[in-house]
Amino acid sequence: MYDAGKIIVGLLVFVALATSPLWFNALFGESPAAPELKLPTNGSTECVEARDFMVANHMDLLNQWRDAVVRTGTRDYVSTLNNKTYDMSLSRTCMDCHSNKTEFCDACHTYLAVSPYCWDCHVEPKGAD
Amino acid sequence: MSALVSLVAVAALALLAVVAVASDDLRLVFGAVIPGIAFAVFLVGIVARVIRWARAPVPFRIPTTAGQQRSLPWINNSELDNPSGTPGVLGRMLLEVLFFRSLFRNTKVELLTDKEKVNYIGTKYLWAAAMAFHWSMLIVVLRHFRFFVEPIPRFVEIIQAVDGFFQVGVPVIYATSAVLVASLGYLLLRRLVDAKVKYISLPSDYFALYLLLGIALSGILMRHLEKVDIVNVKAAIAGWASFQLVRPEGVGVMYFIHVFLVSVLLVYFPFSKLLHAPGVFLSPTRNLANNNRAKRHVNPWNPPIIGHTYAEWEEEFHDKLVASGYVLDKE
Repeated sequence: MYDAGKIIVGLLVFVALATSPLWFNALFGESPAAPELKLPTNGSTECVEARDFMVANHMDLLNQWRDAVVRTGTRDYVSTLNNKTYDMSLSRTCMDCHSNKTEFCDACHTYLAVSPYCWDCHVEPKGAD
Repeated sequence: MSALVSLVAVAALALLAVVAVASDDLRLVFGAVIPGIAFAVFLVGIVARVIRWARAPVPFRIPTTAGQQRSLPWINNSELDNPSGTPGVLGRMLLEVLFFRSLFRNTKVELLTDKEKVNYIGTKYLWAAAMAFHWSMLIVVLRHFRFFVEPIPRFVEIIQAVDGFFQVGVPVIYATSAVLVASLGYLLLRRLVDAKVKYISLPSDYFALYLLLGIALSGILMRHLEKVDIVNVKAAIAGWASFQLVRPEGVGVMYFIHVFLVSVLLVYFPFSKLLHAPGVFLSPTRNLANNNRAKRHVNPWNPPIIGHTYAEWEEEFHDKLVASGYVLDKE
């Protein structure tokens, strides 16, 4: 092999970079398991829409709510799940059940490095239970 | 025809993933086992290939350069185009690897029939699309770090914040998603629209482009339209990167298409034109200083030269030379 020194160093750098997630997990990693969410403690058993829909699409729904409230002043949301009417409000409707931002919102968002800009405008409710 | 063959091949691969994960047992295979094997093939394949290249001797410097060599002190030399030592080589390699400098010199031929003239004009579109694609690809790969590790390092969040600067839509549409697809689209159209490029394009040229487009589009669909349960996705990938087999539970089929196409790309990489990635570092015309005259380069496969000096020749035929009256040097 010619220029073995330089080429082996280069290959080592390549392998180290390519496998860096494995090293990172082995050295600094915490449990890779998905976070466990607590169910609401206020007795409510259903969300404004089906669970699977909410998991994947809650951000779209919140965006629609924001546009409806801020731009047209509409506040009533009729659920396609049970035809009930809900108040389109992050702090009153959502956080009525999911009262703890740190334990509910942040659990998954931190796990996936998602930083939604809800709290640029909204004030995180404190001390509510 | 080449374009069609490759399109069918990539579509068939995507379809294979769709059909396979309809059965529950194959979810672990397509979600963890195949990517694991593909990653191993990628690593071993590239290392083996680079070592194979490194075994080839490069006995002489190849000065295919566009600049003046260093010679006499009163002649200006071009250190980046025709480096005389390591600093110049480093500069040339950095510009080549990071900014594709030789592609920047790309020209196109134009036939001016009315003037009976051929023009060679610099054209930067290919360079611009290549830059846009490669840099976007790097950022996209770095962004995916968030799925592999827990906790997520700060640099990933910074990249995401900058990449999603425009805050369009929820989840935000990343600038690199758009640039990646646009640049791949240009590189594909270039092969399809220009008759000369189309003529020299092979199935392998299209295959890489379709594969990368398939990966990019399935990823974008998964983020914005056909959403998957991203928490379970991360649990599966981070588990995989911690050597725990976690079956991706309740994750949509788009995820498996994406992961399977990435696995195909990883396996394809060490056996295809995509090897230009490690190859650029081992290009003799880029990584060697042009010091052919300043230093002696010995060809490593030269046979040993057994010399026979005049003195030795005189010694060997001493008696015969003396007998013939030859005047010897020695006496």
